[in-house]
Formats: sequence, structure tokens, C-alpha cells
Amino acid sequence: MIELREVSKIFNQGQPNECRALCGVSLDLARGGITAFKGPSGSGKTTLLALVGCLARPTSGRILLDGRLLSNLPERFLTEVRRHTFGFVFQQFNLIRGLTVLENVMLPAYPLGWPYRELVNAASILLDRFGLAAKASSRVEWLSGGEAQRTALARALINDPAVLIADEPTANLDSALSREVLTLLGELAGQGRTVLVSSHDPLVFDAAQVDRVVELHDGRIVRDAGRAREPS
Amino acid sequence: MRASLERQRYLLDYTLAALSRRKARNLGLLLAYTLLVFLFSAVLLLSQGLRREAALLLQDAPEVVVQQLMAGRHALLPAAWLDSLRQIRGVGSVKGRLWGYYYDPVIKANYTVMVAPDRSLAADQLIIGAGLARARRLGVADYFSLRAADGRALPFKISGVLDTHSELLSADLILLSEAGFRALFDFPPDHYTDAALTVRNPREAATIAGKIALALPGSRPILRAELLRTYDAVFSWREGMLFVTLGALLLAFMILAWDKTAGLSAEEKREIGILKAIGWETSDILAMKLWEGMLLSLTAFLAGYLLAWWQVFHDGARWFAPVLKGWAVLYPDFRLTPAVDLQQLLVLLGITVLPYIVATLIPIWRAAIADPDAAMRG
Repeated sequence: MIELREVSKIFNQGQPNECRALCGVSLDLARGGITAFKGPSGSGKTTLLALVGCLARPTSGRILLDGRLLSNLPERFLTEVRRHTFGFVFQQFNLIRGLTVLENVMLPAYPLGWPYRELVNAASILLDRFGLAAKASSRVEWLSGGEAQRTALARALINDPAVLIADEPTANLDSALSREVLTLLGELAGQGRTVLVSSHDPLVFDAAQVDRVVELHDGRIVRDAGRAREPS
Repeated sequence: MRASLERQRYLLDYTLAALSRRKARNLGLLLAYTLLVFLFSAVLLLSQGLRREAALLLQDAPEVVVQQLMAGRHALLPAAWLDSLRQIRGVGSVKGRLWGYYYDPVIKANYTVMVAPDRSLAADQLIIGAGLARARRLGVADYFSLRAADGRALPFKISGVLDTHSELLSADLILLSEAGFRALFDFPPDHYTDAALTVRNPREAATIAGKIALALPGSRPILRAELLRTYDAVFSWREGMLFVTLGALLLAFMILAWDKTAGLSAEEKREIGILKAIGWETSDILAMKLWEGMLLSLTAFLAGYLLAWWQVFHDGARWFAPVLKGWAVLYPDFRLTPAVDLQQLLVLLGITVLPYIVATLIPIWRAAIADPDAAMRG
């Protein structure tokens, strides 16, 4: 269970270019299923996911994971939580250029020091699952949008996280590939993972696989169509 | 333990891939770094090699040299002093030496002129050093005229050229007979330039020097150890001057290294952000960058040191000789004996590798402690 209590995020606080990305957001996210965050650009979707995934700290408010307060954890423990609990798929995929598909997928596990063979096996199973086995030794800059998206997905799963966070996972894909990605996300949710996606693509928040849609506007929750309570 | 080793292996793999991705930048840095290490190493290797060489050659120098002083200046030594010196207890042999300097206006060089009694030269014969032979393009059987004290040109026949092994001290040397020397400089017959002494017990050289100073109040005894110290001081001074210059170069390089890393490109910052976002800790990023710094600096160190080794021991240190050897015109051409000094190696590592690693790690650390989200946004 992830709980957000009165969470706010202000960028460049106290400067002329100060920006309030989130304003007092409270939200409960239960285990399992797909929750989609919708809203126009600048509504705070990406910031909300970054805060939930411990990629940034809130300016105020509290974030709890299974009752454990995350927002004031020291950096080292926060990395530990991020590494074992969350897997990320970024809007621009954020694959490391110059490395192969296999190396990119293995990358999150490097600091864990797994035996090489074991790590290659785990990565190969994921690549196989996402139809990328033939591309394992290709450099990521040679991949198509769909292939890059699936590589990013495989990388997000290498450490077997409980929560998968995908920021605009269909933004760079056509409708067919978008449906393919939604099917994959549905499968992952079906295995008991919690999937959080941000999108302004109707294909995503209207999809059958999505259990809950939370709508944001100007950093506030304006609609929560699902099991959670309405924003205060 | 195994996981820790595997982790380092993965980080090293990643570092190598990262280095090859930014080839142009890293090659430029590597070249500048190699040049810096080369300059430092060459100066250190050359000056230490020269010191060693001078010490070896001075092993054959007399244990004590006695000069006469007049008004605090070196004056000619009366032949009668030789007998007085022989009577001092502990003194072995005493030989009067004749030597001086000759200025050659043709090549604007000073020669050291010495009498070599053991060479049995005729009054019109001389032997010259290899440096002088090169500079004046002279060889055995050629005639070489020197201007005598009264202005006459005295022709000498060259009977030999000194071999290059002893060139450190003999590049500018002219060896003459006693008759030839006295004729050339109009040197008084009952005087010598100084006296060379051997002592029965070398450990008592300093005590005997004290006795000489007491017995002959106008004398100045010089010990071989003092000569060695003088050579050492001269080379240290020259080395110091060069190091001050190179120190400025090192500082410039550190500023360059700092600038290169402090001004991390947006792509590098983003990469650090991505790595942190996917589960790397700040310490993983720092370890990876430490590998990068070590690979770069140790490669540069090895390349620079080997290049300096080649330059000093196999190429005659041609680029540095004019500053460190110190001969104005006649540069000796000789090979130093290669030697590795562990302490010297560690000092070089300390002044080149450590500052680089420190200069690069601080900016990386600053970038690595930022939130992944902020780092990715740049």
C-alpha cells in the first residue's frame, strides 16, 4: 500500500521561476492492478510518479510505503527502496546509448553483484518474453520505438519490483504498439504487480486493463474514478 | 565477497563502455595528461640519472684537493707546499695538478685544460673531449691552434679523442703535457694549480683536512664528499627551477580536468540521473567514476613514464639536456644507466594521479547526490 498525505512539490522554490507542480495531494494506492493518472501537460502526473517512486522528495507532506515513511529516509535507504520496490519506464525510455539491449536490461542489477551467468540468464528470459531475443546484442540507438519501449520495460523488471511505474508509455507509439504495451502491462498486473501509468492518451485510460483513473489538473486531483476516496 | 568483486567487475565494464562512448574528449584529456606525466618524469629521471652518473665518476676523484687562497680567491700553489703536505701524518700520495680554462672565441665556448702526466704526451700534442671534437669538427692527427698567453698561436697535434663513456665530465676537456700547458699559459715553473692528495684512512679525510688547514694557513682543503654535495646542489637547483615551471603546468591541467568534469555535459548529468533512477546508489556512481579516473590517469602515467624513460635513457634526453646538464655550448652526448627508484615512482604517482582523481571526483559527487529526477531533468 502506498499512501500520499498532503504532498506538495515546488520546483525552484523562492526563485522567480518557482513552479508548484503538486499542491496538497492525498491518495491511497492499493497493491495490484493498473492505476492511470491522466491530465494535460503540466498537470503534475510525472512529478507525482517521481515522488511515489522515490526519484524526488516532496517539498511538504508525507509518502508511506506499507506504513513506512519514505519522504524523510536518508538517500541510501531510499535507493534501496527504489531498487527493490520500483521499476521505471520513462517517457523517453532513457536507455543508455552506446550499450546493447542486453547490457541496458542488466544495468539496474550491476550494483547487486549477481554472478554474471545468472544475470545474463535473467535478462535473456525477459528479452525472450518481450520478443527481443534477436536484438540482444544490438545497440539501443538502432531500435524502433516499440523495441525501445519493450527494452525499457524489460530493464524495469530485471530486479523483480513490486511496483512498475510507466510515464506516458504510449506517447511515442502508434495505436497497435500502444495496445501491445497495454496488454503487457495487463499481464504484469495480473501477476500481482502494482502498475502506475501516467498518460493523456485516451487509449490508455479507457483501456479494459486499467482499474482506476486518477485525473490531475494544475497539481491537484480533480477526479478519482475507482476505489479510492475523492480528493478533499 | 564474491558479490562485491562482481559489482566491481560490472562497474569496470560500464566504465570502459562509457570511456569509449566519449572517445574524442577522453583521448584529448589522455594526451594532455600523458604529456604532463612525461615532462615530470623526464625531469626527475634525468636529474637523478645525472646525479648518479656524477657520483660514479667522482669515485675516482682525489679524496682531498688542496688549493692556495689569496685574498679569499684561488691562487697558484707553490711547489714547496707539496713537500709540506707529504709530511702531514695520514697523507698518502701528493701530486701537483695543472689545469685551467681556455676561452675559444670561434665557438664561444670555455674548455677545461688539464695536464695528464700519465698520457705521456709530447709538448705539441693534445687529447680533446668528444664534445669539443664535434663542435670544432676535429679528429685524430688534425692540428688545433690555441692562442698562448703572449698572443702567439700555438699549433698542437691531436693525438686522441676521449671516448664518449666519460663524456659527462670530459666533453669540453683538453689534455696536454706539462711543457705544453706551461707554454700555453706562461705558467710559472715552480707553481701548480692545486694539489691532489690520497689519505691512508679515507674515514679520517676530514681530520686530515683540518690538519692541513692548521699546517698551511693559506690553504683550502676540499673533500670529495663536498664535491658530491656541490653537484647535488647544482642539479637540485636546476631541477627545482624546472619543477616550479611544471608545477604551473600541473595546476593548469588540474583546472582543465576540473572544468571538464565540473562542466558535466547535460547528457552526462542525465546519464547519472538515469543510473540512480534505475537503482544505482551515489556510491556506485562514485565507484564507477573512480574507475574512470584511475583508468585514465594510470594509462597516462604509464605512457608518460615509459616515454620519459625512452627519452632520457635511449634518446640522450635531447629535449631537456640544455636546461639540466648545464653546459653552455658543448653538450655532452652520453647514455645514462637506466634505473628505477621506487620512491621516485611513488612521488610521481602522488603528484600526477592523486590530484586528478580528487579534482574529478568532487564535481561528480556533487552531480551524483542530486535527486535522480532533478539530474534527469538537467
